[in-house]
Amino acid sequence: MSISTGAVKAAPWNDPGARPYVQVERITKSFGDFKAVDDVSLKIYKGEIFCLLGASGCGKTTLLRMLGGFETPSSGRIFIDGEDMTGVPPYERPVNMMFQSYALFPHMNVEQNVAFGLKQDRVPKAEIAERVATMLDLVKLGSFAKRKPHQLSGGQKQRVALARSLVKRPKLLLLDEPLGALDKKLREHTQFELISLQDQLGVTFVVVTHDQEEAMTLASRIGVMNQGEIVQAGTPSEIYEFPSSKFVADFVGSVNIFEGKLIEDEPEYVRIASEELGGTIYVSHGISAAPEAAVWAAVRPEKVFMSTARPEGIDNVVRGAVQDIAYLGDLSIYLVKLSTGKVVRVTQPNTSRHAEAITWDQQVYLTWDPSSPVVVTR
Amino acid sequence: MKTTSRLQRFGITGRGLVVALPYLWLLLFFVVPFVIVLKISFSDIDLAIPPYKPLFEWLGKNSLAIKLNFDNYAFLFTDSLYLNALLNSIKVAFISTLLCLLIGYPMAYGIARSKPSTRNILLLLVILPFWTSLLLRVYAWIGLLKANGVINNLLIWFGTIHEPLTLLYTPFAMYVGIVYSYLPFMILPLYANLEKMDWTLLEAAEDLGCRPYQAFYKITLPLSRNGMLAGSMLVFIPAVGEFVIPALLGGPNALMIGRVLWDEFFSNRAWPVASAVAILLLAILVPFMMWYQSVQARESAGAR
Repeated sequence: MSISTGAVKAAPWNDPGARPYVQVERITKSFGDFKAVDDVSLKIYKGEIFCLLGASGCGKTTLLRMLGGFETPSSGRIFIDGEDMTGVPPYERPVNMMFQSYALFPHMNVEQNVAFGLKQDRVPKAEIAERVATMLDLVKLGSFAKRKPHQLSGGQKQRVALARSLVKRPKLLLLDEPLGALDKKLREHTQFELISLQDQLGVTFVVVTHDQEEAMTLASRIGVMNQGEIVQAGTPSEIYEFPSSKFVADFVGSVNIFEGKLIEDEPEYVRIASEELGGTIYVSHGISAAPEAAVWAAVRPEKVFMSTARPEGIDNVVRGAVQDIAYLGDLSIYLVKLSTGKVVRVTQPNTSRHAEAITWDQQVYLTWDPSSPVVVTR
Repeated sequence: MKTTSRLQRFGITGRGLVVALPYLWLLLFFVVPFVIVLKISFSDIDLAIPPYKPLFEWLGKNSLAIKLNFDNYAFLFTDSLYLNALLNSIKVAFISTLLCLLIGYPMAYGIARSKPSTRNILLLLVILPFWTSLLLRVYAWIGLLKANGVINNLLIWFGTIHEPLTLLYTPFAMYVGIVYSYLPFMILPLYANLEKMDWTLLEAAEDLGCRPYQAFYKITLPLSRNGMLAGSMLVFIPAVGEFVIPALLGGPNALMIGRVLWDEFFSNRAWPVASAVAILLLAILVPFMMWYQSVQARESAGAR
């Protein structure tokens, strides 16, 4: 699922001495009583693809628009390459934005659209022609230069928009749902094109998306947003494997969450009793939580094993009946109903064409590795 | 069902009827009157009722005399009055259109960019004057502009002036009247055009380095060209033939073709000459309308 990008090989975010390229300092944006963005701080490093991931209305677009200068923060400051951007209008920022609707100028052809920003900066004519041609070749639209936007397909429009925002060589490129309007196949293809383009040009990207798969594919790091706050920021695998809260675990990928109580809390392991599960969960690492506190154990569906024979041990084992099966080709999703009424989601890769089939209403045992559950306290 | 099939046998279909109705309308209220006026313009003046000689005369003995008189048209070009009136009308209409555009554009823009709730109120305010007759509103302007009218009294009261200004029966008053009356015809098509505008285009332009006024000039203005054209035509075409406003507000030397037409028709009872003036006016306006139509057609075929 997670294909990390090669854009940032080292991990500057782990180096406390590294200088952030974009620094968001305690930014808040209120619309009346409503806080669209609530006290967000962020450090983004040069050459990163940073994805702001969240459901609609979580404030991700507002944050992006503040980076672009289209919204003024109610409080807080933004630095880009060391320069304070407070009060700097969009037309003076070293930043370009690719709009969700692409916002191509309908009265100009592809070439004029791409050249627009350069003309505005009074770049010499010969240089404009050269840079536009290079950029159009890069996005494979060289032969479409004279077409008007309404003569282009969705994917082509997307490339024109990308070329138009990259041709000015911005320090920072903001992309608002860059692939939202494309169909699935094209989207996957374009994701990788976007990564290789970013790799070639070395521009820092900030991408807003609601599609977690897109975020996983593109991002060097993801900032998961909820209700105006960044609830967790980290690499795709950190976000997926070590979510810091129920919300993140649930939002990124699918997950089974069992509420329970700590009954044994040792430095090397913990044991959780869960009524929802009807059993105990043994986790092979220590956690920091108050004793007797309510905790949640999150187990990813692909980390749950299903068998008809009872596995060894008493921890991490439950019994249930298969309620539903979704065959997706590469893998199958099983919904298993436990005796407590809780439904557990299990995915199994279809490694063999003639696998021994588990069918509806069959009694099965579920188990998982003690290292698999993630214990969160909120 | 039986009736439809019977109708269809005569080639009458629902679709045909729907298409035929507007054609019938045009035939009755445009083509027929036009032919009548055209016919009168080629006839001789006569002291009779109606005051012109017939074009066709049955002489008996199987012969029909058709007498086409081109004198009326020739007369229009010999007496400079007509040509001057025509040129003046075009000038007045052109300046009025320009003024309407200059005043109407910011208004339409403001309405299009306002909140949807206020937008409806603003649109209503634009349309509201139509609820009173044009004549009444023009008379109201007389009350405002005359020597002891509202404007002069106010200015004297403020001490700005000591003698009343001559406002009424001047070209100024005429322009005020025309611009005031035709402004909604400029605002409404412009608004309809600007309302469809994708405002993120302006953000995109700013993002690419445009200051707001540059974004307006490079994006909004070219994209609203159609609206400007539609509004301008809706103002220009009727303004050329405008009669009431120059007659009431413009004073004696406001020489407009509509006024000349009126005088020829009612004062001089020279129906043939009046008809020739009308035909000439139409001949001048038709190219404008055709140009406008072709631009509209090209735009709608091109975009989207």
